[in-house]
Amino acid sequence: MNAQPDSRGTDRAEFVSFVAGGQGYCIEVARVREIRRWSTVTTLPHAPRYFLGVMNLRGAVIPIIDLALRLGLSATTPTPRHVVLIVAAGERTVGLLVDSVAQILKVPRDALRGVPLLPSDTSLLINGMIAHEGAALRILDTDAVAPILSEVAA
Amino acid sequence: MSNDLRAIFFTESEDLIVAMGDGLGIMSEGATDPDTVNAVFRAVHSIKGSAGAFGLSDIVSFAHSFETVLDAIRSDRLAPDADVLHLLQRAGDVLADLLEAARDDRPEVPEALPAILDMLEEIGSANDDSVGDDFVFEAVGLGFFDAAPAPAGSVFEIAFRPGPSFFINGHEPANLFAALAELGELTATCDVTGLPPLAEIDPDGSYLAWTLRLATEATADQVGEVFAFVEGLCDLDITLPAEAPAAVAPEPEPPEEAPAGDPALPSPEPQAAPAAAVQAAAPPPAREAPRPTLRVELDRVDRLINSVGELIINQAVIAQKIAEANLPRSSGLSSHVEDLTFLARDIQEGVMRIRAQPLKPLFQRMARVVREAAEGTGKQVDFITEGEDTEVDRTVIEGLGDPLMHMLRNAVDHGIETPTDREANGKPPKGRLVLSASHASGNVRIVIRDDGAGLNRPRIKETAVRKGLVSPDATLTEAEIDSLLFLPGFSTAASVTSLSGRGVGMDVVRSAVTALGGRIAISSRLGEGTIFSIALPLTLAVLDGLIVSVADQLMVIPVSTILETVRPAPSDFLEVGPGHRVLAMGERHVPLLDVASLLDLGPALGPADAVVVLVRTGEDGQAALTVKGIVDKRQVVIKSLRHSVGAVAGASAATILGDGKVALILDPDALVAISARRPSPSLDHQGSDHERAA
Repeated sequence: MNAQPDSRGTDRAEFVSFVAGGQGYCIEVARVREIRRWSTVTTLPHAPRYFLGVMNLRGAVIPIIDLALRLGLSATTPTPRHVVLIVAAGERTVGLLVDSVAQILKVPRDALRGVPLLPSDTSLLINGMIAHEGAALRILDTDAVAPILSEVAA
Repeated sequence: MSNDLRAIFFTESEDLIVAMGDGLGIMSEGATDPDTVNAVFRAVHSIKGSAGAFGLSDIVSFAHSFETVLDAIRSDRLAPDADVLHLLQRAGDVLADLLEAARDDRPEVPEALPAILDMLEEIGSANDDSVGDDFVFEAVGLGFFDAAPAPAGSVFEIAFRPGPSFFINGHEPANLFAALAELGELTATCDVTGLPPLAEIDPDGSYLAWTLRLATEATADQVGEVFAFVEGLCDLDITLPAEAPAAVAPEPEPPEEAPAGDPALPSPEPQAAPAAAVQAAAPPPAREAPRPTLRVELDRVDRLINSVGELIINQAVIAQKIAEANLPRSSGLSSHVEDLTFLARDIQEGVMRIRAQPLKPLFQRMARVVREAAEGTGKQVDFITEGEDTEVDRTVIEGLGDPLMHMLRNAVDHGIETPTDREANGKPPKGRLVLSASHASGNVRIVIRDDGAGLNRPRIKETAVRKGLVSPDATLTEAEIDSLLFLPGFSTAASVTSLSGRGVGMDVVRSAVTALGGRIAISSRLGEGTIFSIALPLTLAVLDGLIVSVADQLMVIPVSTILETVRPAPSDFLEVGPGHRVLAMGERHVPLLDVASLLDLGPALGPADAVVVLVRTGEDGQAALTVKGIVDKRQVVIKSLRHSVGAVAGASAATILGDGKVALILDPDALVAISARRPSPSLDHQGSDHERAA
């Protein structure tokens, strides 16, 4: 999923940049369905710690992930000022708890970089990098961020 | 476009496979009457015809060999003995497999195909009568249109000789024959005796005559109509011979078969009388008249179902808001809301019924599975299906295929013994395997029953101990040992066979059933057999639930699993061994499961705080679930978590409550499994128990 389907063919790509666990990330705009304020979720038993629970999004039950914890950073303590990014993950819809949303970036295609090989497996969630105003923003791979739970989960 | 047609072809093929399976089933019970054989022949023939249109040459050539044999039986050239019938069954299986493979675009060819095809061709060619007859002008069937209707009814004899102006007026006998062939099965014999020597032939002349035999359900009027435009241009005599057999059966029917109460019958007049006669003779023993149906894309129905589900949730939200608003009774609003509730449920039930389908195609597929399994293991199995007209939700049918297939293969592979072993144990050499479905108290009950060796409990326990699923010194009841089979990580494959040793254990079967909102139970007697019974909800859309509070959230317990709710005295809670508690209920003791602590959502409740919900588990087990309180009892819309979240410990699905929050729907059997997996609860939970109890 390295291709950026919606912005292909143009010389600019659009991303939503946000902060999770104090670090800057971004997601392709086309993958972001909506942005909501945090509200309490229903806890799922025996789920991984980053798997906060499920919430009702207009009749659909969607999983909510603590993105910082998922990326190996420290756990987020959600407050009403935290934000949930509702994103497309493959065929599913997933909510990501993040600290805040920064802005929408229009980036020239040649500012996109491949994934540098990082030693930890969390790099699997990163699709690439954007060089932006002197900083490197990681592009989140939403497909892998919320694994399907199996019966013998951790 | 061609994809649409393809989809229609495969849908229709499924119906034809069902019809074929029905016919073959009747035949294998010994009824090889022409009607039945014909029905099978037609099904195979239609499949062949349409498969040809889609270039599915494998199917065409196989179906061709298949129908050649059927044709030989139909025309009494081949006696359908047990071997032939068996071959036909297997051929039916292969044809169905071929169709499924083609539908799913799988390139593989069914394993059994070459062997079956060889045998079909051998029998077919040995009984082919197409050569070696004495007459040059033998009657030849005119295959104008393959979609010939049922050749039941009556046989008309039509003598037809075109007059001189017939051809001059531009008429063409072949067109008339084609029209007749559409009415039934047509045989045409041409009389060429009037043909002059070649040199004397007038190109516009008329020298030929035909004798036509038409087996049809049509009336004499309908037959006469075919010739309406050539009246006066030809000699025409349409008769329904009085001794005409009612069907194409070769032996003449007794004369009583001729319609009684119509003395005009023997009249050779082609018009009025035979019409009455045909009508009296034609209608075959009322097969269930097909009611008009509508083919609708599944997506459309599903969208409707989803919307109705939303409507129900929305209606619950409104009802709750109105209740909270404490409106004056005089506003009448609450009674309108009640009406809305009933209407919404009506709509939902109606929509769900659209999705209901009979289990028959699934059961027929299972018959194939069993035959193939029996063939592969050299065992003899009498497979009996019951209640195949039972209707269940389409999703249930789809989700049930794999678990049923696995259990039936298991039953043949591990349950039923070899013929020698069976005889040694004083059983008939042929094993009996029953697959039955029935409606029972709001559930669909599916039972798989074999009369095999039964479960080998010592070996099951040994395996479970070896795999660390149970401690070696645990004393387990028979039922507890049986339920070990369903634990993840337990595989019955003591001897891995190609059949059931595919790495799929009974735990997968169980989770497939649970995913459908169902429960599975097992019971077995050594040497007498094993019974698996599955209880499934009628719909996958709603269930009656008891809303309970657990830790700081609400959960739903399906009412169908609940025996009673109790608020026991603290003295009824008994500690048995470390961390295990039971509830004394009169003479009985029921294991206590604290939902919150099992699911790691909070500490176990002390006896003073606990409300107990007594639920059914397994086949006839019970468990006492402790929860903080009971909030409500009502119908909830089931939201599957399978695709969005995955498998959630202790829960079969979720629902959305009136306040818009998600609540898990608990699965008592899964709770039992969790408690079995962790024999000793952590100490701090126990500690809190005691504190609270004190």
